[in-house]
Amino acid sequence: MSDPTIRTAERIDLLAAETSEGAQELQFRRDTASGQLGREVGAVLRVDGRALDPHSVDFDRRDDETMIINMGPSHPSTHGVLRLMLELDGEFVLRTKPIIGYLHTGMEKTGEELSYVQGATNVTRMDYLSPVINELCYSMAVEKLLDIEVPDRAVWIRMLMSELNRISSHLVWMATNGMDLGASSMMIYGLREREMILAFFEKTAGLRMNLNYVRPGGVAADLPDGWQDDALVICDTILARTYEYDDLLTGQPIFRNRMVGVAPMTAEEALALSVTGPLLRSTGVPWDLRRSMPYLAYDEVEFDVIVGTYGDNFDRYAIRLNEIRESIRIVRQCIDMMPGGDYRSQDPKVTPPPRARIGESMEALIHHFKLFTEGFHVPAGEVYSAVESPRGELGCYIVADGGPKPYRLHVRGPSFVNLQAVSLLMRGGSMSDTITVISTIDPIMGEVDR
Amino acid sequence: MAPPGVVVSEGLAADLCCFPSREQYFALIESFRDDAFEMCVDVCAVDYLDYPDRWLPEGVVATRFEVVTNLLSLSKKLRVRVRVQAGDDRPEVASLFTLYPGTEAMEREAFDLLGVLFTDHPDLTRILMPEDWEGHPLRKDYGVGKVPVQFKEAPGPR
Amino acid sequence: MALEDLQHNFLTGRIEDLARWARRASVWPASFGLACCAIEMMATGGADFDLSRFGMEVFRNSPRQADLMIVAGRVSQKMAPVLRQVYDQMMEPKWVISMGVCASTGGLFNNYAIVQGVDQIVPVDVYAPGCPPSPETLMHAILTLHEQIRTGEIMKRRATDEPTHLDQTPESWTPEVPVAVRVGTPK
Repeated sequence: MSDPTIRTAERIDLLAAETSEGAQELQFRRDTASGQLGREVGAVLRVDGRALDPHSVDFDRRDDETMIINMGPSHPSTHGVLRLMLELDGEFVLRTKPIIGYLHTGMEKTGEELSYVQGATNVTRMDYLSPVINELCYSMAVEKLLDIEVPDRAVWIRMLMSELNRISSHLVWMATNGMDLGASSMMIYGLREREMILAFFEKTAGLRMNLNYVRPGGVAADLPDGWQDDALVICDTILARTYEYDDLLTGQPIFRNRMVGVAPMTAEEALALSVTGPLLRSTGVPWDLRRSMPYLAYDEVEFDVIVGTYGDNFDRYAIRLNEIRESIRIVRQCIDMMPGGDYRSQDPKVTPPPRARIGESMEALIHHFKLFTEGFHVPAGEVYSAVESPRGELGCYIVADGGPKPYRLHVRGPSFVNLQAVSLLMRGGSMSDTITVISTIDPIMGEVDR
Repeated sequence: MAPPGVVVSEGLAADLCCFPSREQYFALIESFRDDAFEMCVDVCAVDYLDYPDRWLPEGVVATRFEVVTNLLSLSKKLRVRVRVQAGDDRPEVASLFTLYPGTEAMEREAFDLLGVLFTDHPDLTRILMPEDWEGHPLRKDYGVGKVPVQFKEAPGPR
Repeated sequence: MALEDLQHNFLTGRIEDLARWARRASVWPASFGLACCAIEMMATGGADFDLSRFGMEVFRNSPRQADLMIVAGRVSQKMAPVLRQVYDQMMEPKWVISMGVCASTGGLFNNYAIVQGVDQIVPVDVYAPGCPPSPETLMHAILTLHEQIRTGEIMKRRATDEPTHLDQTPESWTPEVPVAVRVGTPK
């Protein structure tokens, strides 16, 4: 075969070259600079010291003693399209490097093309396990720029939906984590309970995932009739089932052996790596934006911030399980305290006229048309808003130039940052621990790559 | 809080904004780190090619690229945003890797998508785009890459 | 020999029908989850929707053991060569379902990063619409595929279809070894 672009059995090197990512991959030690090597073995600079901790880095390995293997991007337990390259000494992991970007969607670029009204459609597809919270973060940023007040009922609806979403996200995490560890029944249970919440979402917003429900100015629709009963059934059932999970997993010896004491992290390491969410809380830092920097009406509801001690896999599991219970507490309070009133701001700048008026008033029709074709203009400025997503601090940075579209939309995805802890957590662990480590970091690749 | 010579202004929603020069940038972040800002939450870059007349406080010269760093103090429950003008043709600022190791991936992302260079970054390679990609897609002079949608065999009027 | 001499009941039929019937009832999907749709694909395999009714609950992690690739989610330029390689590793006969608008056409994300339709990379049998498709939609796509398998041509080999994404047609096209698939930087 003369044409070099055609892959044949003889040109097997082309096959490898096609999926190679060159310098992004894990290189031999002799080709790696010391700073990068330190990163790959999981050395984390201490907050108080400038140099690498020499005891945590084993520089004096030779390349012919170790083996570099590839894991992913199509691997059953990498939770999507994460690709890891590991340097192994027998069964033990020496260096790890995550290679990401296999789901890079260009959402930040697309976000600059869409108006503020349409923007929620875009961001909801980033972290596909917690779409409501993504929309919430984006909407809060836009509302800060517009300087508008959201009515009370909308605030509480947002809180109710966020917490339900947090429950469903943690349930999927429990399910996939169970599957990774071979507890396949947990997989079925987790997805079964999640269907109850998705049914509630479908009733409220019309879609199961990617709701586009929270929008700048309020929410898209009011809660359906009888929502209290549905929500109460969800609370009661799932709370009872969390105790079944306890029976199934928490005390089970095989599960405990793979989780307790595996891949610990200290608070200093977590802070230095900018890790947030359950990973940070598992190290004993009580940092939850809902409590520490309250948004919505989280300062009016009662809940506990769950904190771990050792920062190991089991702490991360226990935190997520108990956060389901805390979220159920918040949902119950939302049911009791839900105020009446409008579900979206009545500011005509951001809110279209009601459907009934469009039929009788020409101005209302024009207003509606303008709002959904051109969108509303947002005053120039730049703003950063942050909310607590199930994975940590979700931030949205918007630069507005006074037009109907964001000039720059940047999203700080918690999984993207948390994924940096992977080298630290895997170091010295055995090959089978990599599965539990990836699982308990809980990276959502849509958010990592955006 | 900020050392003398750094322009400070109130951003939206009472976020504190600092506008250091490129030379002051690293020292400013270091002083913030020593001042109980334990976490660097976010590093991102903005390309102001189409929006050069943006508002900036007195004494700050606008350049095309700007690097925005968000710091968070857990003990004070305070956020501060540092906006540094990174330059026009060859944007370059100091890497914060030695102060906050967690900025490694964020700086790589800013390099990959906007082409901002970070001095002394341990591994400044592409992170999201394929290795052989040309250009930096989030720059304003880089097209969206839209493929026109055509409906070739659309059904006729019913 | 006449049939009445035989001592046991039996059915007569064509071997093709038997092969199609067997293939249809045991399509094993490869777990190729990419984005949002992967979660719905998992939900389809879960208790409420129960894909095992159709003999399909065995999501194979190795492409060598899989018959069906459900491309669940958006395919980025970086993922495209990987996707093609996984497809190449699957054994004949093999089928592809493009799940969701992002996989089918690029959907909302008509930009530099996303391959505008996975049919530029692999031949697609069934497209499932939706963003993401609900489990019912995916099951409908799967049943449509079953119908195609039941009535289709059993000796047809997918890899003989030349890819449509190439700028120039290579002169000698070897069926089992396709051409490089990285689509590259759009100009």
